[in-house]
Amino acid sequence: MSDKQTTGFVGWMDERFPLTKLWEDHMAKYYAPKNFNFWYYFGALSLVVLVIQIVTGIFLTMHYKPDGDLAFASVEHIMRDVDWGWLLRYMHSTGASFFFVVVYLHMFRALMYGSYQKPRELIWIFGMFIFVALMAEAFMGYLLPWGQMSYWGAQVIISLFGAIPIVGEDLTVWIRGDFVIGDATLNRFFALHVVAVPIVLLLLVVLHIIALHEVGSNNPDGVEIKKNKDENGVPLDGIPFHPYYTVKDIFGLTVFLIIFSAVVFFMPEMGGYFLEHANFVPADPFKTPEHIAPVWYFTPFYAILRAIPDKLMGVLAMFGAIAVLFFLPWIDRGKVRSVRYRSTSHKLLLAMFIVSFLVLGYLGALPSTPARTLAAQVFTAGYFGFFIGLWWISKNENTKPVPERVTW
Amino acid sequence: MVKQWLIILAALVFPGAALAAGGYPVYPDDEIKVDWDDKAAMQRGARTYMNYCMGCHSLHYSRYNRVGADLGISDDMMRDNLIFTTDINGERTKVGALMTNNMSAAYGEEAFGVVPPDLSLVARSRGTHWLYNFLRGFYVDEERPFGVNNGVFSNVGMPHVLVELQGLQKANYETVTDSAGNESQKIVGFEQVKAGSMTADEYDRAIYDLVAFLDYVAEPYKQTRKNVGTGVIIFLLCFLVLAYALKREYWKDVH
Repeated sequence: MSDKQTTGFVGWMDERFPLTKLWEDHMAKYYAPKNFNFWYYFGALSLVVLVIQIVTGIFLTMHYKPDGDLAFASVEHIMRDVDWGWLLRYMHSTGASFFFVVVYLHMFRALMYGSYQKPRELIWIFGMFIFVALMAEAFMGYLLPWGQMSYWGAQVIISLFGAIPIVGEDLTVWIRGDFVIGDATLNRFFALHVVAVPIVLLLLVVLHIIALHEVGSNNPDGVEIKKNKDENGVPLDGIPFHPYYTVKDIFGLTVFLIIFSAVVFFMPEMGGYFLEHANFVPADPFKTPEHIAPVWYFTPFYAILRAIPDKLMGVLAMFGAIAVLFFLPWIDRGKVRSVRYRSTSHKLLLAMFIVSFLVLGYLGALPSTPARTLAAQVFTAGYFGFFIGLWWISKNENTKPVPERVTW
Repeated sequence: MVKQWLIILAALVFPGAALAAGGYPVYPDDEIKVDWDDKAAMQRGARTYMNYCMGCHSLHYSRYNRVGADLGISDDMMRDNLIFTTDINGERTKVGALMTNNMSAAYGEEAFGVVPPDLSLVARSRGTHWLYNFLRGFYVDEERPFGVNNGVFSNVGMPHVLVELQGLQKANYETVTDSAGNESQKIVGFEQVKAGSMTADEYDRAIYDLVAFLDYVAEPYKQTRKNVGTGVIIFLLCFLVLAYALKREYWKDVH
């Protein structure tokens, strides 16, 4: 609470609701390190994309029909007959892909600067839950246009659960609500996509931000700014989030919106990666497309799945690739956060991880051949090797001295 | 081991090579670039479509008057010249209606083996390149039920509907041997065996027009999208200058 007593309308509010307190705790007196760089835009940007998705989603819901016989046509109705419907739809479909772009970059930032390390483990874990919820949201949303790739992509992914011993087959029927993907699946995915998962997502985002504002933001140096405070208890290297980072984020947001608009207005299909060509054909349970590829943001994990010859082991590896990230704060036993002051072996490991992730993403989008499967196996080893290597090297790592104060 | 690594490397660098090796050769394979501003071409394409295609292939996500408004065809002209279908009551289809046809799925399946698909989105699912070559790829093949086959879509269940325009052509083959020593026949050219009402160039032009029309129908708001997008991006670029100046002004006291 501010020392100064507020008056007027705000004063009236403050006696009944912590209006000024919230504003100060999270904006005007939330001190963020002054040395944030390019990588620190993506948290705020993912929040913006979330808002874009919710607002466009609400309007799409007004015209969309979650019915196996009507869904595909209702999407075309939105594209053609609804005023600005094409814009709503392209913003939503492009927004889905951009959500993963900004979230992947946001997560990479955390890996680079050790933002998951003590005391920020919970921020990381809430963030990982957001990532999982986001994947569920995207997967279920992709079924809704009811095109061929919607249908067969969902068919492939849901059938994975069939690999689980004993309960597997029953589980797939329970998920689909039918023996094949059908109207029942479409209806429940619609309910989950527009109601259940967004509520969970919003809650997790709130938890993520509360946890962040409790311990304060990390920075590219990995220095704890709260260790050096002035006589008023304000971190010497900290600046109030508002106005400094609000104006900086407006600049970043504008750059983001220019790129986003370039895709929405000039290449909404993104060469078949954001909107797949086969998805312009209505779902047909009797006709399997020649090549079923998940949307690009799932391809790294899909490549891991296909790399393992055994179906159950493949499924476990795929889910394991996501699960292992949750344990990152404890896998990394290092005391130094930022890549700037960590050992060369850590830099190489991180580079190996990023290369593996990108190559797996590339391989997952292509039909598999023996050579590509071998490559996927090599890079799957690279993906998991990062975590093993990190555990191994971080115990007694040869780090550089970390400065007392932040640098630019 | 070294060889395996080379294969991996090759697969990564040339993803298309493996795909091409698995695919079958298509003929013809000519490039097309549709001019989104060429409304006259789209109008001619619409005429060809309504006269030759609409009987079997509906465009049921699109509306007659929307096509008219976008391509500069008045409602009256549309009614008098381009609407040949009837509605559920047997009356001439209204100009504001969706562009359905009267072929039932059951009849389509009986006559052609497959239901002729709706083509509203074919330019987005197959692409204009595929359409342009498919429609120019019919050749005489007495073994097929309709006496023609297609160099792009092998054993297609569709007759050569445009035969009166193009006439008939036969395929010239060449025997090719792949790296494994398997011989196969590949189409290397077409030869006119029966003249149509159009010359080869005229026919190519008519197909270009038809593909331009289908490209328009698949995404009728494409021009609007580009125009709005240009305005949005110009606005954002101007705003970017202000946003940068604002940021610099505030951050003066931090640096």
